[in-house]
Amino acid sequence: MRRLALYAAALLIFLWSASPFIWQFSTSFQLDRALTSGSPVLWPDPWTFEHYRNVFVEKQLHRYVLNSLLVALATTFLCLAIGSLAAFALSRLRMRGRFGILMTILSVSMFPQITLVGPLYIVASELGLLDTFTALVLVYIALVLPLVTWVLYGYLETLPREIDEAARMDGVGPLRLYWSIILPMSLPSLVTTGLLAFITAWNEFLFALAFTSNIDTQTIPVGIANFTNLYYVPWGDIAAASAVVTAPLILLVLFFQRHIIEGLTQGGIKE
Amino acid sequence: MAVPRRAWPWLLLLPTGIALGAVAFWPIFEGLRLSLTNTSLITQSSDFVGLENYAGLRSDARFWNAWWHTIWFTFASTLLETLIGLGMALVLYERFPLRGIVRAAMLVPWAMPTVVTSKMFGWLFDGQNGVVNWVLLNLGLIGEKVNWYGDPDTAMTTIIIADVWKTAPFMALLLLTGLQTIPTSLTEAARMDGARGWTVFWHIRLPLLMPTLLIAGLFRALDAFRVFDLVYVLTGGGPADSTETLSTLAYKELFSTLEFGYGSTITTAMFLTEAALAAILCLWLVRQIRRVT
Repeated sequence: MRRLALYAAALLIFLWSASPFIWQFSTSFQLDRALTSGSPVLWPDPWTFEHYRNVFVEKQLHRYVLNSLLVALATTFLCLAIGSLAAFALSRLRMRGRFGILMTILSVSMFPQITLVGPLYIVASELGLLDTFTALVLVYIALVLPLVTWVLYGYLETLPREIDEAARMDGVGPLRLYWSIILPMSLPSLVTTGLLAFITAWNEFLFALAFTSNIDTQTIPVGIANFTNLYYVPWGDIAAASAVVTAPLILLVLFFQRHIIEGLTQGGIKE
Repeated sequence: MAVPRRAWPWLLLLPTGIALGAVAFWPIFEGLRLSLTNTSLITQSSDFVGLENYAGLRSDARFWNAWWHTIWFTFASTLLETLIGLGMALVLYERFPLRGIVRAAMLVPWAMPTVVTSKMFGWLFDGQNGVVNWVLLNLGLIGEKVNWYGDPDTAMTTIIIADVWKTAPFMALLLLTGLQTIPTSLTEAARMDGARGWTVFWHIRLPLLMPTLLIAGLFRALDAFRVFDLVYVLTGGGPADSTETLSTLAYKELFSTLEFGYGSTITTAMFLTEAALAAILCLWLVRQIRRVT
């Protein structure tokens, strides 16, 4: 009896988490006629690829995907470079005020983004950076840095101190210690943090909406948010676009799920 | 290179300092300055006006409307996500076949772009052809179709449901790792002494999980307070301003009317509210954690 209740609860959790997306996926293969018939079915009958054709041919979804990919990858790499230096300094070098710095970095992740967007918009427009990837990447680096620094710091704290001492005995300087010893050892954590950075940048909406105005630089969230026709909402097309941009994330998450959960709990709790 | 040893950490922290200084700290102060001016990108004016904007804010019904919505959203979504997350975590703690798949499925809502979540719930809760209405009608739970996010009475509830869907599973995974750090020897000893499931939960697991639970709740609340994507895409703050939150109101003030002075007043007020919220919750949290440990 108790086992049965447990199975039922587990099934419920699975359905709660997965069914909205499964329905979205099914919707993307159904004809508009079927979707508005008043009696929804889960298995498309007949199947259609019309919505996928619409989003790629008419709405040029691949261009948004490419923009997002560029911005997210640039953010990820720059963030890892900057954040790993900071985490290394905080964890491995002797310094004053470590706690204060960590707390300051953490507090930044709680700033409401809307408070930042106005002043940054004015600066970006004065510097001619509106509608550029540069502006987005610069902003995203700062948005993701607190998370990256904290998670990496948490991981570095688990590495034994003896390594540093041995290196110091051999006369290895801080930069060598960072580059040839600590960085290679933190590879697992770099992968996790990189993934978190990528997902955050890939999903960011507010700044992308404010800073970009055309398909040359707009990212996926902005593209999908603007998917409305004049007279009706193209739910099928939206579902197709959703499936296209979410499927890669789902694969990444399934592949790295253990690392993601571990990484996040290591660096305190965020998001 | 002749860098003194004590300078190294600061040198390595410099890029982070510059990035956060320029993109996070400077805009806060610049926003404060702008909030004391009548800066407008349309009239090109930007004169110092003192506290005039703040006086306007005090009597601005739209601002207080959004302020209360934001507080309500923060409170309701955080509470529901923590409770549902705790329930899910307790289930996931037990062993059962296919547990890995259930756990993986729970990461999907979190990883999905919020904009996609909004659109997805827009379709699920569509007033005409939404599958939620269809299911509820067939179960006999509602008499006629509900225009979920198109009706001022139910719009905010719909947004809260969408947010709970997206965040509760992730909350559960965080709480699960907290549960797993509780030594099983404690719960087993209690069971030996004849404690039943409920007693074990109430007197052993919950007190030990409390610090994790409160910290996760704190972070969630501070994050919920900034809600933008979900509202902006699903309802745009409507219908009849019934879902307007501080972020969406400020965005419109900044980018639709281009009133950067008054818009910055709203965002500064929002920053202060969030800072106060963080301070209050932190103090409360420290006291709670001291009490249970």
